[in-house]
Amino acid sequence: MNGDNRAVVAEALVHTYGPDESSGVTALSGVDLEIKRGEFVCIIGPNGSGKSTLARHLNALLLPTSGRVLVFGMDTRDERNLWEIRRTAGMVFQNPDNQMVATVVEEDVAFGPENLGIKPEEIRQRVSDALKAVGMEDFSRASPHFLSGGQKQRVAIAGVLAMMPSVIVLDEPTAMLDPKGRKEVMETLARLNKEKGITVVHITHHMDEAVHADRVIVMYEGKVVLSGPPTEVFSKTEDLAKWGLDVPFVARLGDMLRKSGFEVSRSALTVEEMVDELCRLSSST
Amino acid sequence: MIRGVIIGQYYPVRSTVHSMDPRAKILIATIFMVVLFVGNNFYCFLAMGLFAVLAVVLSKVPWHVVIRTVRPMLFILIFTLVLHLFLTPGPVLFRMGPVTATWSGLVQGLFIGTRLVILIMFTSLLTLTTSPVELTDGLEDVLRPFSRLGVPHHELAMMMTIALRFIPTLLEEADRIMKAQMARGADFQSGNMLNRARNLAPLLVPLFVSAFRRADELALAMEARCYRGGEGRTRMKKLEMHRADYVGILLVVLASVLVVYLRIKFGPVIRGTV
Amino acid sequence: MPIELQHVTYDYMPGTPSQVRALDDVCMTIQDGEFLGLIGPTGSGKSTLIQHLNGLLVPTSGRVLVDGLDTRAKGADLRRLRQKVGLVFQYPEDQVFEETVYEDIAFGPKNLGVPAEEIEERVREAMALVGLPDSLMKRSPFELSGGQLRRVALAGVLAMRPEVLVLDEPTAGLDPLGKREILGHIRRLHERGLTVVMVSHNMEEVARLADRLVVLDHGRIVLSGTPREVFAQGELLESIGLDIPDVTKMMRELRKRGWPVRTDVLTLEEAYEEISRYLAGTKAGGVR
Repeated sequence: MNGDNRAVVAEALVHTYGPDESSGVTALSGVDLEIKRGEFVCIIGPNGSGKSTLARHLNALLLPTSGRVLVFGMDTRDERNLWEIRRTAGMVFQNPDNQMVATVVEEDVAFGPENLGIKPEEIRQRVSDALKAVGMEDFSRASPHFLSGGQKQRVAIAGVLAMMPSVIVLDEPTAMLDPKGRKEVMETLARLNKEKGITVVHITHHMDEAVHADRVIVMYEGKVVLSGPPTEVFSKTEDLAKWGLDVPFVARLGDMLRKSGFEVSRSALTVEEMVDELCRLSSST
Repeated sequence: MIRGVIIGQYYPVRSTVHSMDPRAKILIATIFMVVLFVGNNFYCFLAMGLFAVLAVVLSKVPWHVVIRTVRPMLFILIFTLVLHLFLTPGPVLFRMGPVTATWSGLVQGLFIGTRLVILIMFTSLLTLTTSPVELTDGLEDVLRPFSRLGVPHHELAMMMTIALRFIPTLLEEADRIMKAQMARGADFQSGNMLNRARNLAPLLVPLFVSAFRRADELALAMEARCYRGGEGRTRMKKLEMHRADYVGILLVVLASVLVVYLRIKFGPVIRGTV
Repeated sequence: MPIELQHVTYDYMPGTPSQVRALDDVCMTIQDGEFLGLIGPTGSGKSTLIQHLNGLLVPTSGRVLVDGLDTRAKGADLRRLRQKVGLVFQYPEDQVFEETVYEDIAFGPKNLGVPAEEIEERVREAMALVGLPDSLMKRSPFELSGGQLRRVALAGVLAMRPEVLVLDEPTAGLDPLGKREILGHIRRLHERGLTVVMVSHNMEEVARLADRLVVLDHGRIVLSGTPREVFAQGELLESIGLDIPDVTKMMRELRKRGWPVRTDVLTLEEAYEEISRYLAGTKAGGVR
C-alpha cells in the first residue's frame, strides 16, 4: 500500500461519548499516534485514560468525533473500508468468556473467516494453521467452557489470526488471567510478532509485560503523554508515579543504584538483564 | 439439573445413526411424526414401532437410556390412559363407584398411549444421537427454504448456538452470585413462596446485569470479527448427505407408504373414530 | 476467634464419574489477628478452602471449627457464622444489586436483623473504612468506577462487622492505582485488629502484606511459613507453577553467580542494601 510503512495512524483524534460534543464525556482529546508495520507497541495508562477507546478506533468499532484514523492507509470514516479494516486489524478483548461465539474451539476460530465468506476448504486450512500458531491445535474439538483463561485467550487470538490480519489490537487481554495464563499470552504475541511480522498493539496494566515491547506509549486523561522505548519510559519514575502507574521493580532498583553512583545501564529492565548487568559491573574495571 | 436436560441428552457413541447428516435426521423425524398421526390402527403402529426399534438398534444407544427418556412423560401417559378408559362410551369393562371403564376406552387409551411412547422415543433418539451443535447447524439448513416466508433461519441458529455456549457460564455465575449473597447473610431457602420469590432479587438482578454486559461485549466482539448477519456468510463445516442418509430417508418414505396402506386396509382401531 | 481446619477433605460431585477431590486432608489454624496469604496455582483448591471458612461449603470428611463451633453441626447458626467470617468473592462488584450504594451496603446488616437505627451508622463506618465519601451514598452503584464499585462490595461485607475478613483476589482486574488503594485499605483493616485471609496470584502483594503464607497444590498444603521462609523455597514454588517475587528471583540468581548476598530478601529496599553493599566492595565501587 503506497510504500507507507505505517500500520496505524491517528491524527488529532478526539472522541466524545454521549449525545453531542458539549454535553458528552471526552475520552480522547487530541491523540496523535503512529505505529509502524511490524512494531510491538504497549499502551499503558490508568483506568479512564482512554486506552480502550483508542483501541476501538483502530478497528472502526468507534469513529472519530473529530480527527482521523488510518489503518494501513484506510480511513475509518469511509464506510466502504469498514470490513477490510476489521479484517486487517484484529481485536482481542479483556474477558475471554465474552468473545467466544461457538461451543467448539475450531468453530469459534472459524467464525471470522466465515463472516468474510471464505470457501469452506480454505477456512478449514486457516483454522488449523491459526490453532497451530497459538499452540492450541490439540484442543480443536474442545468446548471453550473447559479451557483455562490463558487457553481461551489464545483461542481468541487464533480467531483473529484466521482472518489474516496485519495488526492485532489487544485490549487488556491479560487482566483476568493468572500468571501462567499471562505468560502464555505474552509468549504467543511475541512469537506472532517475530515470526509472522504481525504488528501488535497491546494494552495492559502489567508494566512487566511492557518491558519487552519495541515502544511503550503512556496515555493519561485522553492524551498520549509519553512515547518511547521501554528503557526511556521506565526511567521516568516520577512521571509514571504521578500518572498512577507502577514502575517495574528492576527499573526502580536500577534507578536507586544509579542515584548512589553505580553505573547501571538503563536498558536492564528484566531480572535476567539486571543480573547480567550487575555481574558485568562487579567484574569490570 | 438444567444442564443435564439441555446438554446431557447427547449420548456420545459412534454409530450409523450418529454419523448421519443432521438434516436427514430432522427430516426423517418430521416425516415419522406426521406418519404416526396418519396411522389409525395397531398394524400401523407395529410398522412404525419396528422402524423405531431398527433405528434404536442401529444407533447403539442402550435401551435403558432410550426408555429413560419416556419417564418424565409417564404422568401424562397414565393420565391419558385413565381419561380414555373412563370417558369413552362403549361396552362396560368394570365399574368404580360413579364412573365406568369401557372396553373401547381401554383400546383407545392404549392406542393413544402407544402413539405417545413411540413419538417420545423416536424424537429423543434425534437428540440422543445428534449433538446440540450439529442440531443447530442442521436446523439452520432445514429452515433455509422458509426464509422467504420470513423465518429468520440464520438468526435462530445463531441464537441457539450462543445460548448453548453461555448456559454453562451463566449457571456457574448464578452459583457464584448466590454464594456471595449467602456470605452477606441472604437466605434463599426459607420462608413462604412469596418471600422466596422476593428473596431472589439479590440473585436475579446481578445475573441479569451480568448477562446484559456479556451480551454487549459479545456483540462488540462479533462485530470486530466482521459479523454482519447471515448474508454472504459461509460455513467451515459443510453438511454432506451420504448413502446412509438417503437410505434412511428412503426407509421412512417406504414406511409411510406402508402405513397409509395399512390404514386403508384395516381402518380405524374403533369404528367411528379417526 | 481462631478457625481450625482438621483433616478437611472436599469432593465436588461425590459419587459421580466426574467426582473431583478439591481439598485433600488439609490441616491448618488461622490465628486471631494474623494476616494469612493463601497462594497456589489455579485449581489448587484455594477458593474451595475459603468457602469452608464461613460454612458455604462443609467438608466431605474432617471438620472446620470456627471459634470452637463445628460448621457441619446440625443447627449451626450459619447466619452468625457468616457475620463473623466475612467472605469477599473474586470480582465482588458482580454481586451488587441495590438501587443505591447505601442500600447495597445495608443488605448484609439487614439480613442479620440489625436494628434500623444502627444500620446507617454501620454503613457510614464501612464506607469510611474503604475510603468512600458519604456523597456517594445515594448514588446508583452502576454509575461508579470499577475500583469504587469493588470498595462498595467490600464495604457491604465490612458492614456486618466481621472478625475475620476473607478475600479472594481482591485486586484482580484493577489498574495499578486501584490495586494500591484497595491493598492500603486492607492493610489498615488488619492494623485495626481484623484477622485477614487473602488469596492472591500476586506474589509481590502477599510477600509485602502477609505474616504467614500457606501454599496449596492439588488440594494439599505443600508449604507454609513466613513469606521469607516460603519464598526461600523458590524451586518448589516454581515446580508447582507459581511465580516468586522478582526481587527474590534476582537475589537467588546473583547468589548462583557467586555473590555473597542474602536470598531471603522481600523488598526493593533490602535488595538495594544488599547489592550496593556488595558492589561497593568490588571494582565497581572503586569506579565511584
